[in-house]
Amino acid sequence: MSNAADTPVLSARGLRKEYGKGEGLVRAVDGVDLDVSAGETVAIMGPSGCGKSTLLHLLGGLDRPSGGEVRLNDRRIDNISEKALARMRRTDVSYVFQSFHLMEELTAVENVELSALLAGRPPRAARRRAEELLKQVGLAGRARFLPSALSGGQRQRVAVARALSNEPLVVLADEPTGNLDSAATLDVLQLFKDLRDSGQTLIMVTHDARIAATADRKFSMRDGALMDETWPTGGTTGQLGTLVRLED
Amino acid sequence: MGRILLVTRLATRDLRRRRTEATLLLLAILAATTTLTLGLVLRDAAGDPYQSTRAATEGPDVVVTAGQAIDPAGLAELDKLATAPGVTAHSGPYPVIAGKLEASGRTSDVQVEGRDATVAAVDQPQVTQGSWVSDGGVVLEAAFADSLEVGVGDSVTLGGRSFKVVGAAVTAAMPPYPGASCIVSAGCINGAIPKDRDLPAGLLHNPGLAWLTQADVRSLASDRSSLSYVMNLKLADPDEAEAFVDRTGGDHGGAMPMQAWQSILADATDLAKDSQILLLIGAWLLGLLAVASLSVLVGGRMADQHRRVGLLKAVGGTPSLVAAVLLVEYLLVAVVAAAAGLTIGSLTAPLLTESSAGLVGSAGTASPTWSTIGLVTAVALGVAVVATAVPAVRAARASTASALADAARPPRRTGWLIALSARLPVPLLLALRVAARRPRRVVLGVISIAVTVSGSYVLLVLNAFLGDQPGTGAYTEAQVAVLRHVLLVWTVILLSLAAVNAIVITWATVLDNRHASALARALGATPQETAVALATAQVLPAFLGAVLGVFPGGWALFAAINTITGGDSDRATLPASWQLIALVLATVLVVAALTSVPARLGGRRPVAATL
Repeated sequence: MSNAADTPVLSARGLRKEYGKGEGLVRAVDGVDLDVSAGETVAIMGPSGCGKSTLLHLLGGLDRPSGGEVRLNDRRIDNISEKALARMRRTDVSYVFQSFHLMEELTAVENVELSALLAGRPPRAARRRAEELLKQVGLAGRARFLPSALSGGQRQRVAVARALSNEPLVVLADEPTGNLDSAATLDVLQLFKDLRDSGQTLIMVTHDARIAATADRKFSMRDGALMDETWPTGGTTGQLGTLVRLED
Repeated sequence: MGRILLVTRLATRDLRRRRTEATLLLLAILAATTTLTLGLVLRDAAGDPYQSTRAATEGPDVVVTAGQAIDPAGLAELDKLATAPGVTAHSGPYPVIAGKLEASGRTSDVQVEGRDATVAAVDQPQVTQGSWVSDGGVVLEAAFADSLEVGVGDSVTLGGRSFKVVGAAVTAAMPPYPGASCIVSAGCINGAIPKDRDLPAGLLHNPGLAWLTQADVRSLASDRSSLSYVMNLKLADPDEAEAFVDRTGGDHGGAMPMQAWQSILADATDLAKDSQILLLIGAWLLGLLAVASLSVLVGGRMADQHRRVGLLKAVGGTPSLVAAVLLVEYLLVAVVAAAAGLTIGSLTAPLLTESSAGLVGSAGTASPTWSTIGLVTAVALGVAVVATAVPAVRAARASTASALADAARPPRRTGWLIALSARLPVPLLLALRVAARRPRRVVLGVISIAVTVSGSYVLLVLNAFLGDQPGTGAYTEAQVAVLRHVLLVWTVILLSLAAVNAIVITWATVLDNRHASALARALGATPQETAVALATAQVLPAFLGAVLGVFPGGWALFAAINTITGGDSDRATLPASWQLIALVLATVLVVAALTSVPARLGGRRPVAATL
């Protein structure tokens, strides 16, 4: 399905995820092939329950496939140990979740530095990097705030900063604007555009046509399979300014 | 009425739906109620054989002794007592002589009482083996014979003369060996004697009791003045015995010591009292552990029942109704635990009393008194209410909307601990943060372990003390065995409940941290690191609890036991430093082992499904 000329940083072949048996068998992901090149932004769209989030979990090693394979930097990750997967998540893959998943008892800066600490970075270096990232996402003044004191958009920006903490190869975002109001959505859209511009590889699962429009490629997913692939070429899609106009 | 039915129905349905948790709750309270029942029933259970012996031997209400060198006028005074107001029957005065008994290569102090071969109206010892006294034949008090391992047909030496053992008998006129009361004027001392102390000449140490014919006793006496006398009185009203002793003994200025049957009963049940004290202390410790268990279990269940509370309130349940439903659940469990504890405690108490050979009959199945039933039930209900009241009221007051949304209770933030943990390796970093999220649970974990280790400290002291006893004579080997049984029961229940607590606390932590653990794994923590963190979050409080359990916990508990029992702490051997270090390390290792399984399960929960 990919036209990418470069060696893909992340690829899937015949990826399947099944639940249940016999008549109760459900194919959440059904034979997905996907290649994502370095620096590319890919959006996957589809209705609720079509298997978008499951696909994202399989691509990031959060879940094990029933069949097929996933490669990260040409190394298979679908059959490696839990420990190796954990190590991979420290440095190579990171997540942005729809419901942010911030630790409620940690401040914004403590949440952001957590990934670096888990990766064994020295505490001071982890804190410095976290503060830089919060500055990048426009939350330098809120670094010592608990998540409960932040708005939805601010929480998602903290989550994005956390995802970038270890400079991952790929960021996987699961409905990153699903829990946000319009203003916050625009904030996050801008952030994702900045990520794309900086060359960060990004795979997003979303309902939101506006955020999908920021992607280099867009897939539609239905009943566990990728149906269509769209290559935005500019014009009225893929441009943030246009998105703002869409909002109007 | 409808409201009561509704509350009961909701409570019972929920208990049936969560059987494992209900069973754990039941076990936690049951351990405390059983031990408490054992402690309370024990005295009554041990008192029964004495009463049986008293009935079977026409036991005296008052025993009067008269000293050596008593003149004819003194004997006349004894005779006067036999006709004192309130006295309905008597036996004696019988001559008594102090001496040494040699048997089976052992020598023991003995009080030898001269009796008639015929049956006495008061205090006719009941022969349990062989026959009653005859010339040249000695009858030994049954517990004494048992201790000397002497039986009918053996020979013993008394005052340099050989006598054939013709029988063993029990009496209610004196506590069984080695607690015998003194009926010779030379004086007696019971219990342990410090090695550096010499007894005054002639003083008997842990004397046994033997019966000969009066003629044989008199023939053993070097002269008439070496004899003492004992007389047994039966009163019209046995309950007045102590008053009779106060009244009549006072008239004689203490020259003729008297002992009321109530006092003999108290001495005869000394062992049971010691067992009872041990069990009651154990029961209170277990009560504390039960509160800790319940608090964790209830806290975990309340978090789980948040949505149910919301539903109840959404359909019109008032906060008081919600609180009532939650409280009734635990009160029902407490009532069942109280009933089961009373039954098990009553049935097993006789196994721990093992009425000594010095009394007839067995403790049997002593029925708990109303006060025992009331106290045990009150403790069970109290434990349930203390552990449940706060979470129940908190749940009842929760906002209906947030309860319906099943919003989790936000974790606590402990800033300094979070900052400190950032400098530690990943498992410790996560462990400290897991612990910091629920400080109340950590405190409960610390208390639980501290209580267990305090109990273990006291067990070490008591075990060492009992190990020394057969040599000192304060307890016979059989009695030491009984007390060791009591300690064993105490230990097994205490450690079992502590183990259940450790597992329950860990599991509650696992459930409470499932989201945080999944998130940590999504951010790169390995399953092993997450599992180690969950286990370490229990081990760190366990270490603190173990240290506090040794000091001040164990030390304070032992001091409290000494204060309650009037014991002499100088006689006890405190645990050596290496024992205390081993105790702390063993505690930490056991907690680590117990928590590793639930922690491992928690660390391996699927991340995607949890998030």
